[in-house]
Amino acid sequence: MKEKEYRMATAARGALLFMQGIPGVPLGDRVVVRDHRGRKRNGQVILTSDETVLVQVFEGTDDLDLERTWVRFLEEPFTLPLSPDMLGRVFNGVGQPKDGRPPIISALKRNVNGAPVNPSARSYPREFIQTGISTIDGLNSLVRGQKLPIFSGSGLPHNRLAAQIVRQAKLLGEAANFVVVFAAMGVSHTDARFFEEDFESSGVLGNVVMFINLADDPPMERLILPRTALTAAEYLAFDLDRHVLAVVTDMTHYAEALREVATAKGDVPARKGYPGYLYSDLAEIYERAGRIHDRHGSITMVPVLSMPSDDITHPIPDLTGYITEGQIVLSRELHNQGAYPPVTVPPSLSRLMKDGIGKDDTREDHPRVASQLYASYARALEARNLASIIGAEELSERDRLYLAFADAFEKRFVTQGEQEDRSIVETLDLAWELLSLLPPETLGRVTEADLKKYHNWEVVSAERANWYGRTSEDSADEEHPADPQAAGRVS
Amino acid sequence: MGNIVQINGPIVTVRLQGVHNGEQVRVGRLGLVGEVISLDGNQAQVQVYESTESLSPGESAQALGHPLSVELGPGLLGQIFDGVQRPLKAIRLQSGDQIARGLELPALDREQVWQFEPASALDIGTHVGGGTIIGTVQETETVVHRILVPPAQSGELLEHAPAGDYTVDQVIARIRNSIGHVHKLKLFHRWPVRRPRPYRARDHAAVPLMTGQRILDTFFPLLKGGTGAVPGPFGAGKTIVQQQIARWANADIVLYVGCGERGNELVEVLESFPKLTDPHSGRSLMERTLLVANTSNMPVVAREASIYVGVTIAEYYRDQGYDVVMVADSTSRWAEALREVAGRLGQMPVEEGYPAYLASRLSAFYERAGSVQTLAGNRGSVSLIGAVSPPGGDFSEPVTSHTKEMVRTFWALTKELADARHYPAVGWNDSFSGYVETAAKWWAEHVDPAWAQRRAEALALLAEADELARIVNLVGPEALSPAQRWVLEGAGLLKEAVLQQSALDKVDSYASPRKQFILLDLALKIYHEGKDILELEVPVDHIAQLPLLAKMRRIKSVYSSDQTEELRKLDQEIHETFDRIRIEYAGVKEQTA
Repeated sequence: MKEKEYRMATAARGALLFMQGIPGVPLGDRVVVRDHRGRKRNGQVILTSDETVLVQVFEGTDDLDLERTWVRFLEEPFTLPLSPDMLGRVFNGVGQPKDGRPPIISALKRNVNGAPVNPSARSYPREFIQTGISTIDGLNSLVRGQKLPIFSGSGLPHNRLAAQIVRQAKLLGEAANFVVVFAAMGVSHTDARFFEEDFESSGVLGNVVMFINLADDPPMERLILPRTALTAAEYLAFDLDRHVLAVVTDMTHYAEALREVATAKGDVPARKGYPGYLYSDLAEIYERAGRIHDRHGSITMVPVLSMPSDDITHPIPDLTGYITEGQIVLSRELHNQGAYPPVTVPPSLSRLMKDGIGKDDTREDHPRVASQLYASYARALEARNLASIIGAEELSERDRLYLAFADAFEKRFVTQGEQEDRSIVETLDLAWELLSLLPPETLGRVTEADLKKYHNWEVVSAERANWYGRTSEDSADEEHPADPQAAGRVS
Repeated sequence: MGNIVQINGPIVTVRLQGVHNGEQVRVGRLGLVGEVISLDGNQAQVQVYESTESLSPGESAQALGHPLSVELGPGLLGQIFDGVQRPLKAIRLQSGDQIARGLELPALDREQVWQFEPASALDIGTHVGGGTIIGTVQETETVVHRILVPPAQSGELLEHAPAGDYTVDQVIARIRNSIGHVHKLKLFHRWPVRRPRPYRARDHAAVPLMTGQRILDTFFPLLKGGTGAVPGPFGAGKTIVQQQIARWANADIVLYVGCGERGNELVEVLESFPKLTDPHSGRSLMERTLLVANTSNMPVVAREASIYVGVTIAEYYRDQGYDVVMVADSTSRWAEALREVAGRLGQMPVEEGYPAYLASRLSAFYERAGSVQTLAGNRGSVSLIGAVSPPGGDFSEPVTSHTKEMVRTFWALTKELADARHYPAVGWNDSFSGYVETAAKWWAEHVDPAWAQRRAEALALLAEADELARIVNLVGPEALSPAQRWVLEGAGLLKEAVLQQSALDKVDSYASPRKQFILLDLALKIYHEGKDILELEVPVDHIAQLPLLAKMRRIKSVYSSDQTEELRKLDQEIHETFDRIRIEYAGVKEQTA
């Protein structure tokens, strides 16, 4: 059967080819479709029965002539040949070279769909990765083996942020030891070139495997590309003991391709035309990140997705957020104000942060500082909201402090240079500098000891008093200055 | 023997004579197992629990003669099973880090030896009914496993094994039923998961399930044998709430069902629970816990089954006379599995693609909770708590709205609170509990008669503050009177000092009922005292900035549940502080007068 070509296509619709009367075709098998010009296309069996076999053709069925279409069933699922030589190479979605060099030859081939990892074999991710970006390290820390997506919008600098993470990511006290698996679906030539040049200039190119499907490449290939790329990642991580950083962009294009096929198949749509199994399908991809007991390597995944119309409740970001371990959300508002990286802090989250930070990992005060920054910034945004209604002049003294805090937080903590690599200590010190703009009694998330050690309210408020040219009598409304000493006294 | 006709994702159509609906079927060379979900002439549609990749039409299909069942006996606790009760640790030993297909492993270890102690009251020749306790096995240090006569069997006891070591497969008793058949009883028996286990009678749940979480126990209580739901958008902290309940609930047995969720969350339970101590028994938490794990990347059909596997095991421990809590994270993923199968069968979708029977399946599931008198005459309960993951955080979607109709306690997580890192992000406006009155009796008897009143005061204060916050957003804080501004401050104090509770803080993670009450009482006392001295024209800012308030905010993580004496000492400090201000301002008033 492997050698035999069938010419029994009865219908072609979108990316689907319907074949009739071919017995015993296994589900999921790889198919080669040859058209009347002798060009070959890749396909996969997605439904099979005695009567009908449904083939999904990655290059689409455009220009196919049913009478002159030959289909060969390869009697094997989609596999990827694996070898250390993959590093530094560029492939398409099905693992064929895209850089003009010969294909990878290896006896080791794996099914790109993988198999689910046994939950009892997983090891909990807890090693802090320093990305050098304050909003990530300080507030939404990434740990080795985590899947932390970037939720972005069209035109926002998610690619620059992803590239910066790739450049700067390292474990504390260890030299950079990541290899990068870069999976790009439906990206523009410009974006693809940006990444390539960035990897090259930072000298990581020899440690990168790229799987690229450009915006003008066949869209159905996007369905298999992340699976191919993650098969390579699993090989690098769990066979070769490497720490893999998998950047997968843009998951929205993937989900759109899935919707296209689902609609052609006549699947019942759930929300916005996406099939009901979108969640399970995305999970098959995202859940391939992680750590495994007794294996030295790991897969840390940073998927990038653009939220259609910046809507975080759209099914793609929504379902992604339910699967991944947090999310970094970019905001158009901050971007328009010139902030880079425009990470909007309130909806961003890292679920695995709690076990990767603190005394033995970063610094003892880190968990509480992060929590305090979140709480204070949330309060500050309320004050800003209020100011937009009644005017800043009408605000109370306290609210004006919060307003100043919000501005400083966005201009100094969130904003940083594209080449600026802040250590976690620098990030935390900066956090305390900003928290010192607020009086100690508003900081309920940190301890007395933290306040004593890091908080500089007296200094800062004295400076502010001088700044405004106030005399000590003017500031007499602070008749009962907060006294951390007194508050710390235990009766 | 039959054969495969069609393969459409997890749904395999087979040509097989005489097969029953719901029966287990083995298909293909790999021997994948599935369950018949519809019959049509001599064809049956089978939902297969594993990936059907590489299966082809024409391969064999074989009916197994029984519905999906679980093995119930000693050795369940501390284990992690997949959605069809295959032991994941044993699977790992056999197939490595990834789950291979077609593996067949018994749920209970056949090698392990248990020390069986026969029930002394049973003489040979007595009639034993279904559910009778015929002996015990010490399953873990804290849990005595009561060996039951399977509910469907009864008869005259012919033989009763003496105390000694037995494997689960060895016969420990023989009974002869009314028509003369002799049945061998072992340490375990099987039970079909989709059929609720029988009990003698339901009774009224009357004891609150204490989870150690203030917003849950004090504000929206759940009873042992009750039903609860935790809906919330992603990132609102559903999983942490579920894990906190699994950690600290005062139940005998806890089942954690990870249904279509993240692998790492189960790993966290697996890694952290053995190290945590149960505040009620002082032993490792893992000794009373068992996990059913069907993570999001595992096959979708087994996910549908996992909920039933979990609840059947829960009922089994209930039948032994235990209080069991089952948390299911998340029922939305279960409903999605239902939707996927329905879609593949071409069933007519009603709301958002879900089949018409979604509501009835959900309600049938939650009805398996309850406080009962068991067949053996003991009391036992199953409390069911389901997480719900509404798409886009929209509570009007089908799964959330149907769940809301079913459950008596609803802990609604809100994104606004989560974004401000107010955890647990249980919102006080949308949450409800139908058990408050019953719980109040318990609190009045065991903790403090003022509980119901304090709770009502606190909720009223929060509601008033929310109302005022809306006014502030329209016209600014200047429009508020000092008393109204103090309401905002008071509600703020209540939120920080009582409602917020850190799962990560060692001291704060668990609060005993008494600690919960004291914190609430203290916070309200400060509010009332403050309200009182406002009449002396003390500026609100002055009161709000008192170090006493800062201390109140932090005291929850300073003193543990054992240190209620120290907590109570704040009472005095409150009086002293406010008395001092009273004297000070009364003086000022006199002078100006």
